[in-house]
This record gives sequence, structure tokens and C-alpha cells, in this order.
Amino acid sequence: MPFIPHTEEDVVEMLASIGAGSIEELFDEIPSDLKTGALTHVPPGMGEMEISRLMHERAQKDGFYLNFIGAGAYEHHIPAAVWQITTRGEFYSSYTPYQAEASQGTLQLLYEYQTMMASLIGMDVSNASLYDGATALAEAALMAVRQHKTSRRILVPRTVHPVYRKVLRAIVSNQDIEVVEIPFCPESGQVLPEHLEQFGKEEFAALVVPQPNFFGILEQVDAITDWAHDKHSLVIAVVNPMALAMLTPPGEWGTQGADIAVGEGQPLGIPLSSGGPYFGFMTCKHELVRQMPGRIIGRTVDLDNKPGFVLTLQAREQHIRRSKATSNICTNQGLMVTAATIYMSLLGPEGLRRVAAQSHANMLQLVELLEKLPGVKRTYSGPSFHEVALTLPGPVSDILQALKEQHILGGLNLQEHYPELNNTLMVCATETKTADDLNKYSKILGQILKKYQ
Amino acid sequence: MLIFEHSRPGRRNYSQAPATKAEKQNIPQNLLRKTPMLLPEVSEMDAVRHYTRLSQKNFSIDTEFYPLGSCTMKYNPRACNALAMLPQFLARHPSAPEDTGQGFLACMYELQEILKDVTGMAGVSLTPMAGAQGELIGVMMIRAYHEARNDKGRTEIIIPDAAHGTNPATAVMCGYKVVEISTDKEGNVDMAALKAAVGPQTAGLMLTNPSTLGVFEKNISEMSRIVHEVGGLLYYDGANLNAVLGKVKPGDMGFDVIHINLHKTFSTPHGGGGPGAAPVGVAERLLPFLPIPIVAHEKGVYRWLTEKDVPQTIGRLSAHMGNAGVLLRAYIYVRLLGAEGMHRVSKYATLNANYLMAELSKAGFEIAFPTRRASHEFIVTLKDIKEETGVTAMNLAKRLLDKGYHAPTTYFPILIPECLLIEPAETESKQTLDAFVAAMKEILVEIQNQPEMVKSAPHDMPLRKLDDVKAARELDLTWKP
Repeated sequence: MPFIPHTEEDVVEMLASIGAGSIEELFDEIPSDLKTGALTHVPPGMGEMEISRLMHERAQKDGFYLNFIGAGAYEHHIPAAVWQITTRGEFYSSYTPYQAEASQGTLQLLYEYQTMMASLIGMDVSNASLYDGATALAEAALMAVRQHKTSRRILVPRTVHPVYRKVLRAIVSNQDIEVVEIPFCPESGQVLPEHLEQFGKEEFAALVVPQPNFFGILEQVDAITDWAHDKHSLVIAVVNPMALAMLTPPGEWGTQGADIAVGEGQPLGIPLSSGGPYFGFMTCKHELVRQMPGRIIGRTVDLDNKPGFVLTLQAREQHIRRSKATSNICTNQGLMVTAATIYMSLLGPEGLRRVAAQSHANMLQLVELLEKLPGVKRTYSGPSFHEVALTLPGPVSDILQALKEQHILGGLNLQEHYPELNNTLMVCATETKTADDLNKYSKILGQILKKYQ
Repeated sequence: MLIFEHSRPGRRNYSQAPATKAEKQNIPQNLLRKTPMLLPEVSEMDAVRHYTRLSQKNFSIDTEFYPLGSCTMKYNPRACNALAMLPQFLARHPSAPEDTGQGFLACMYELQEILKDVTGMAGVSLTPMAGAQGELIGVMMIRAYHEARNDKGRTEIIIPDAAHGTNPATAVMCGYKVVEISTDKEGNVDMAALKAAVGPQTAGLMLTNPSTLGVFEKNISEMSRIVHEVGGLLYYDGANLNAVLGKVKPGDMGFDVIHINLHKTFSTPHGGGGPGAAPVGVAERLLPFLPIPIVAHEKGVYRWLTEKDVPQTIGRLSAHMGNAGVLLRAYIYVRLLGAEGMHRVSKYATLNANYLMAELSKAGFEIAFPTRRASHEFIVTLKDIKEETGVTAMNLAKRLLDKGYHAPTTYFPILIPECLLIEPAETESKQTLDAFVAAMKEILVEIQNQPEMVKSAPHDMPLRKLDDVKAARELDLTWKP
């Protein structure tokens, strides 16, 4: 029996100890009319060899592509050591570290993670992670409303990832929180302070500030952070952690810095794998730590005064507070954070800077090549990190289809999320792209675009 | 020693980052980072050694018996990990077109169909990323259902007092008031309390069955009738599905919505606290509200259903499609077990629990519900032991660590004093259970002879008992150089 070790002799002895005649008898408290008939849609079991063959066939069917899609999930090189260590059974098959003395490995790692993230994001404290970037934003909004106390309004620019905005709405609308969307400048692709003014007449709990924004454009974070703080509201930063190896971290935006900073941790050593599992990170100013949801690890001492680590501030959490908890969240994305911590340790500050800088440089090189093609131009004038929107001389869906036939995933069709943006393609180049890759993309796109001249 | 203490300025790994410094750069000066990052500067070997050594400070299923009640710590087959990490699966971008992911989507579609079958539900969405998110989504669908019918007075969710803390926390996140109902002496929901609690204000009832007390709610059909009669819906918390997999389908018990913890019943790894995955299943009347994306299979092609296909959906609850890699592991696990293996899971999980309960009872431990069958878990209470010796459930739990066993769940459910919730999953052998019973017997002797020693456990772990109070009072959440 797969993964069940019992011999016939074991079963006989166990039933004798229980005093039952059969295993079936152990289910005698379940009303017989509820007992299930046969399963009709579960196929018969397979051996490891057969399932291995099936999965290899399916994986090969999906194959590999030269990928230029970003849009919230980014292809970066992941050192071999990251997942070899992460999938060690002691990390892979352990539980949430409630028994601190038997979980010092996970707990210390999480404390190191919190330290690295707080520093990278430029904030005081970090939790041990949330599900993903989108849910982290929703949790940040709930946190801001709890903190602000008088307003239940959240201002969100349309330059924030469109799916994040949907998730935010889906989660916070249950608690009568209003999400107000702010337009962006169609020339620069940024939220400009003058766009904000009309939305600030009424009180609001928080302004969400993306950096880089969904279009890959860098926002004028100092000005809009100060604007929101002048209105006595909180600022929630949504950032790409990789970009912060180059960019001013949220804790230093404007005169006071952002209050809460969240985002998608996937660029830090997590494979794309069709969208998950990734991890959401959440960092904040010290004075907000008791409003923060999720697991938090603290350093303390044992009875012999030796340093050690525990889950702390548990009085915020559902297993203690039940209906009065800060959130219903029960887990973090432990294994993903394990990978991210090892990733950041292997890269170090200089490695991370180089990955970010090379991604940025590759984007610039790609744009330079593509803008030489007739009819291709940058959609927005604002500065970019490693992703850029391009206006093309023809319909994006057809062009992407033609690129795919050449085994290139050319980017994201922005019209899927912004109906007004026709013929607009968003492309991303990370450090994984070589000069040959960029040239190949430009050459093939050039051939495809000939028909639109 | 922390990784930061291994750090030396200028040390780095040359192979793993771009070899040359990028030349092109056009980011405005005022947006450039000026503050250094507190990341370690260590060699690859330093990092590998440090994290390998840290891993060795963990208990895990791969190294110890882990009878953690309500968590279903069963063996996580290595094939599931190896095959979910095939390079093509890892490299696939979430926004890549569907026709470049037909292999992956086939797995997801089949998983949906399999989960529908084992739960007896009409539809499944794979998107929830953890049990608590599955609950949130489930209750959101209940709310959407009532709202779609313009049934506005339903403001309450009923929850038994034995429920997981996530249940009341979730109901509140969905804007509901929580009404707690009590449990009778036999561990069943108090039917009189339920009858008194329901009314036109009832949006639904959240229930775990078998309950967190380790017993099957015998009156489930009656409960279902009572809640449905007043127009409420029934939510099944799938935390304990391992006890009835292939035996009872929640749909047949009358549940309208369910979440399934794949990291429990379908053996995906707990990973030190996530990532999980908790697909939701719904009965016919909740189908229009399922969260997206959902995989459809039309004319031999797999595709994602979106807002256009499911206009009444409660929406999207993750940035992409949920925890794809976890779902792949669960799919591989189900295919390894097959239909016949589904039935075996609950049979042997129940056999192990009842055997362990019988043996611990014979060893002198007090069982909380001795007249009941154990489901896949059961409760030992140390109430009398504490009164006689002062030794608590937590003391015993820590002493078990010394003996090489992970502790059972302690102090949950809250209504049983000094409790240990014990769940030996089906993957443990009789010999492991016997060794655990022997360790428990040894501790019982120690409690009589050396209670102070047990109270100050653990003694043989790398660290002794940690000071939680100091941790919360003098917050130290990040290392400072």
C-alpha cells in the first residue's frame, strides 16, 4: 500500500488492542447512510515510474520559451544551492514553529529573513511573510484602516498592478472599506501630485504608492508620500524588492518615509512556476508592529540565558484572539522565505545590486534596439527599472502570437487590463537575457512588424 | 551564530551574479538608493554550511514522529517534490499563454475533478493559498449568495466553541458577527444551543467534521436540516478530511461549501509554516460565485475561466492562480495513491489513532472522550495529573522533545483543560507508535518521581525553555550590527 507501512500482522495486533473486529468497525459512529459509494473520477493508482513518465511528458509538452513577460513575476537566475538546501527534509517537512525548542532552525532563519527584508526595504520591522504580493497589499490596507481609526477610504492609483487592485477590493469590501482609484498621467505613466488633489478633499486612511509601478515606471515617490502625510493619512508602498537594490527604499521616501511597505517576494529566489507558490512580504514602522498580521519572530533567551528565537506578539493572532485577531492568517509562506533568505545570503549586497543593475541595463538595451524598429516607441516618458510599455504599429495579440511561433514570449498585452491601451505591449528584461537574446528578439520582432509598415 | 556574524566586507560569490558591472543606467539621482543593505557577505560554502546546520536544529517529519493533532503530519513523498520541480514547470511564467501550458493545465483540471469527486461537491476552485484563505473565500461565497438573493438580514455565522481560531477570525473578516455554540459531554455540538442560535439572521454554520475533539458529529444530518431550514448555509472546514477521505463525502453530509487543506490530507509539505493550498468546493447553488481562475476543458483544450465566464464570481484572491507548485504536488500524490488509496488513507489514519488511544489509555493516560471512537485524532487530558503533581500538558510536551518526539498539539481545543491533541497519520508504523507509547510511559513515571525535572524540560535540546515573555516585552525583531 503506497506510503502505508502496516503489515497484516500489525493490523491484527492493533485491532486486538483496540478490541475491534475490523478496521471498518472503527467507523461505526458514522451513520451508514452517509457512507460514500465508489469514487468515480479518481483514476487507479500509479507507480512512481509511471507518474514520473506522465509528468515528464506533460512538462515537455509545455517546453521552454525565451521569456520577456514580467508584470509582477520576474525571471531571475536562482543559484543551485538555494533549492537544494530549501528542500532538505528538515525545512521541507517541518511544521509552523510553535515548539520553539524543536524549531530553532526555522525560527533563526526567519529572524535573519526579517532582518534582511527590513534593511532592504528600509523599514523598522518585517513579519515572516504573507501569501503573495496582492494579499499583502490587502492586509496592509486593513492594517492602515485599523491604525487610522477615523477613515475607511483607501486611495489606489491605477498604476498599481491591476490584479492586486482586484484582490484588494475583493478582500476589503467585506469590511465596508472604500477603494478609490486615482488616474495616471497618460504621457509620463506616473501618478502626478496634481492628480491627487481632488481625491484628498475627503479624509482617507492610506495612499498606496507603487515603485516601480505596473508599467515599470518609477513614481515620484517623495512628493506623493509627503502629500499623503500632509493629509494625515498613511502611505502604503508596493515595491519590487529586487529594484530596491538600486532604488531609494520606502522607509526613506519624502520627509517621513512610507508607513507600511509590502510586495511580491518572488524575485528573490522563487521560480516562476505558473504563479506560485510565491510569498508576500510586509514591513512597517515600529509603532505599527502590533497592527501587523502574520507570524513575527523575536529573539530572546532560554533558561540558561543562551540566545534563541520564538514566535512573538502572538496575542495579535487568531489561535489566541479568535474573532478579535488582526487577521485570520495562520501561516506564512515558510518554505519560500527559506529560499529567499538563502538567495539573499548567496547574492549579498553587491550581488543583488548587480542583478538589479544588469536587469535595468538590459531593459535599456532592449528599448534602444526596439525603438529602432519603425512604428515602435516607448508609451510613457517616465524613467523605468527593468520593464517598459511600448506602443506597436499593430495589434499586440497578433504580434505576440507570431513571436510565440518563434518560441519567444514577447510580453504582456496591456489591453487585457487597460482597455484604453490598444497596441501597447509591456516587455521586461532581467539579468537572465544575453545580448544575443535581446538581438534575437529585436530581429524577429522587426520581421513580424514589416507587415504593418 | 547568525549569518550576519559570518559576514566579511568584500566577500562575495562571483559565479552567481553578473560578472561585470552594468554600464547603462538612467535612473534619476534622487531615486537612487544611498543607504547600504544589511545583507551578509559570505561565500557559497559559508551560506550552505550555515543553513544546513540551521536545518539540523529543526524537528521534521523526515526526522521525527510528529503526532501534531489537527495538522496531519503525514509523510511527504519525495516523488511529488521531484516531479513538481521539473524545469519546464518551474520556468513557466504565470501570464504565459494557455497553449504553452497545456501539460500543466491538464494536471490542474484533473485535480479539480478528483477533488470534486472525493468531496461530493459540484465545483472546485484551486486558487486559495492556505486553509485560512480557503475559509475566507468560502465565507465570502456565502455572503455573495445571500446578497445575490437580496437576503440582507443575515448578519451572523454560527461556530462551535471547539473550532479552530481561524473560523471566528474569518467570519469577522467577512463582516459577520460570530455566535459561538457549546459542546455536550460526548463532544457533539449541543443541539439545543444550535436550535436556539439559528434564525433569519443566520448566514451560515462553520463546522469541522470530525470535529477538533477527534469525534464524528453524529447529528450532522439533523444539524444540516436545522441550518438549511432557516435559510443558512453549511461550511465544512476540511482540516480533518483525512479522517473520512473516501469514506464520507462532505457534499453527502449536506455541506454547501468546503475547503480542503492539501498540506494535510494530500500530503504537500508544511515547509515550516507554508505554503499551503486549500481549494474550495461548492454545491450547485454556489457555483456562480466560485473565485477565479478555474480551469475548463473544452474541445480537448484547457483554458482558464475568467470574469467573463463567471460574471458573479467573488473575484480574484491571488495575484496569479494560487500556489501552483503545491497543487502539482497534491496532484502527483493523488495519482500515486489512486482511488483505492483514497479509502486507505482514512482507514489507516483511523486505525492508528484508535490504537494509540487504546495503548495510551492502558498506559494510564486519561482520554477526554473515552466512550467515543477516535477519528484520526484524539485528546488526552492531564487535568488530574496537573492537580496532583503540578505538571502541565506543556511540560509533558517539552519532555517529549527530549525523547525525540515532536509534541502533540497542546491547549487546543481550548475547552478541554490541559489537553494534548494527538494525530498519528496513516504513514506511521505500529513500531513507531509503540515506541512513542513507551516514551509516554517513561514520562508518566518521571512525573511521579521527578516532577520538577519534567517541569523544567526540555533538557536535551540545543536550548532549554525559551522566555516568551521577554520576547514580547523587549521586542528584538531584527539583528543590529
